Amino acid sequence: MTRTWNPELASREIEALTHLEGALLPVLHRLQEVFGYIPAEAVTLAASALNLSRAEVHGVVSFYHDFRTEAPARLVVRLCQAEACQAAGARAAAAALMGRLKTEFMKVAPDGSVVVEPVYCLGLCAAAPAALIGDRLLAALDGASLCEAVEAAL
Amino acid sequence: MTRIFVPADSLALALGADDVARCLSEELTRRRVKATIVRTGSRGMAWLEPLVEIETPGGRVGYGPVKARDVPSLLDAGLLTGNGHALLLGPVNELPWMSRQTRLVFARCGEIDPLDLEEFRRLGGFLGFERARALGPAETIAQVTASGLRGRGGAGFPAGVKWKSAADTQASRKFVVCNADEGDSGTFADRMLMEGDPFLLIEGMAIAGFAIGASKAYVYSRSEYPRANRIFAQALELARRAGVLGERAFAPGCGFDIELRVGAGAYVCGEETALLESLEGKRGMVRAKPPLPVHHGLFGKPTIINNVLTLASVPWILVNGSDAYAAMGHGRSRGAMPIQLSGMLKHTGLFEAPFGMTLSEIINDIGGGSRSGRPIKAVQCGGPLGAYFPPSLFDTIYDYEAFAARDGLIGHGGIVAFDDSADMGEQARFAMEFCAIESCGKCTPCRIGAVRGQEVIDKLRNGERTQENVALLEDLCQTMKLGSLCALGGFAPYPVLSALRHFPEDFRPRSPEKEQVP
Ligand SMILES: Cc1cc2nc3c(=O)[nH]c(=O)nc-3n(C[C@H](O)[C@H](O)[C@H](O)COP(=O)(O)O)c2cc1C
Ligand code: SF4
Ligand code: FES
Repeated sequence: MTRTWNPELASREIEALTHLEGALLPVLHRLQEVFGYIPAEAVTLAASALNLSRAEVHGVVSFYHDFRTEAPARLVVRLCQAEACQAAGARAAAAALMGRLKTEFMKVAPDGSVVVEPVYCLGLCAAAPAALIGDRLLAALDGASLCEAVEAAL
Repeated sequence: MTRIFVPADSLALALGADDVARCLSEELTRRRVKATIVRTGSRGMAWLEPLVEIETPGGRVGYGPVKARDVPSLLDAGLLTGNGHALLLGPVNELPWMSRQTRLVFARCGEIDPLDLEEFRRLGGFLGFERARALGPAETIAQVTASGLRGRGGAGFPAGVKWKSAADTQASRKFVVCNADEGDSGTFADRMLMEGDPFLLIEGMAIAGFAIGASKAYVYSRSEYPRANRIFAQALELARRAGVLGERAFAPGCGFDIELRVGAGAYVCGEETALLESLEGKRGMVRAKPPLPVHHGLFGKPTIINNVLTLASVPWILVNGSDAYAAMGHGRSRGAMPIQLSGMLKHTGLFEAPFGMTLSEIINDIGGGSRSGRPIKAVQCGGPLGAYFPPSLFDTIYDYEAFAARDGLIGHGGIVAFDDSADMGEQARFAMEFCAIESCGKCTPCRIGAVRGQEVIDKLRNGERTQENVALLEDLCQTMKLGSLCALGGFAPYPVLSALRHFPEDFRPRSPEKEQVP
């Protein structure tokens, strides 16, 4: 479970990593792990702890697809949309899920319950299509089994 | 005590291996049977996962694919003695997929508990490192060079040449960086190795560090591989405790350590200079070369960057000799390659073999041909930047030069097969879309070109001014090839142009009435 934003905790987490060379990515990962996202205030804290400008830290946060600047949906479904999964029916599986949830990629459900994000390869290509539902890996999916797994996790 | 082996590799887990292991353990307790369950990596036969193995006097016998609900009947039938059952496969090493391979890097993967350091040693682990220490740095590098080993990350650059340049550069600090950013769709060998035999990678990295005179190394992995990262971090900790890493790794006062870093979902960070930027805590922007990383790399210091498979190949070379490695292969592609098969094939997974098979052998004999019953329409080799090959090119020999001669790519060894339900115009569009999403933004042909490419393909598929737009697409691809700093923009045209050349009909409107007058 992620924690609600807490600047003291954030500072402690950052402090524990400042000894690393080039510490910014580990710091951002840690903040997102603890709080679920990287709020603007965290950018300020990380910048001052690492002797960087806020613009530099913001630039890094925005460059990488993983980092979020807003609290995520309660359930994040990462659906592989890369070639090996495409070859095995990932597009149809995605369409089935979108139809069921009445949503589209990257659009958080109005009640904040779920968001479906594309991911480009989970390394499960040999049993495609693959998905990461919360922290559970699933492979050899089709539309029906994907919808079922997502609904069970909701 | 009888040992039962159940994989705990990500792919096996995604197919229910944990449920199988839990059910087995409950049933064994219930039946008051004494047996040990060992969790392993994967053998790489994805269609048989979860593959359960049992130790018998005649070797390890396999059952698969096993579901949790099969466990009681397996035990009833005599799983513990390797007896008959509908899921019985026979001795695992005699399965054609296994017996036809030359497993150098993956020799132990799937067979052992990946975190059992004693078992690793018992099966030859660290012998390569000991050999390197006996040979000394210069002779170690000479062996790697003589083996003909080329980089397995994509570019196929001779590993020994890179190591020698870094060794010859004087500096206060040097670095070894292992590229485990395995972003190519259809590839999973790095992940399997990190999950199935992580000490082998540690050994390869230690040899590299010893050879070039580095005391610190990084592994740059990806966030999409949480399990691989967890296992590798545990392996690092065990190696430190055993003194393999740490202050006395090479000799008293001559230490070596490895730190695991994790990317953040940027494909371009697999490119070696973008990776260095990312390790330094910056945006993953590609650097112009020169200076080369071997002279001016991580934090400005001499750095060798090698793929997981490159580094993991080195222990075998040192133990068995460069001649033995160089004796395998085809043309200038020496040694063996862990080929990764995926898509619409009957048999998907990892198959390690010397270079030199034809694509047809790989697709049809090893991969078993189409799984859907519909004919294979094309294969994409070498990841998202690799060309699509139609069956008319399946006589191509699996070898860096033979592929390059046909505008193809061996890359990191991935082969993705599409059956004839695939729409190659859609695949070409995706190649451009992926390039646009993942572009680091440094050069215009890549950043803007990939967006324009999607628009042009859309127009073609809408039937707008076909001839003109085909010419425009070809021209755009040419500009991207010539004007891009790295292979993301420079190679994205290959899947596009190959799809256009071999499947022009897929770039026309799906329904003829939509066609407009040119
Ligand atoms: C866009 C792009 C992505 C790349 N991704 C990877 C990767 O995920 N893993 C890898 O080892 N090499 C990757 N490479 C190749 C690296 O730049 C580099 O050639 C390689 O890590 C060198 O190691 P090797 O000589 O052992 O292959 C990529 C290159 C480009 C242009
Ligand atoms: S080709 Fe694309 S990814 Fe590569 S350096 Fe240029 S803009 Fe960046
Ligand atoms: S392409 Fe989907 S898991 Fe690799």
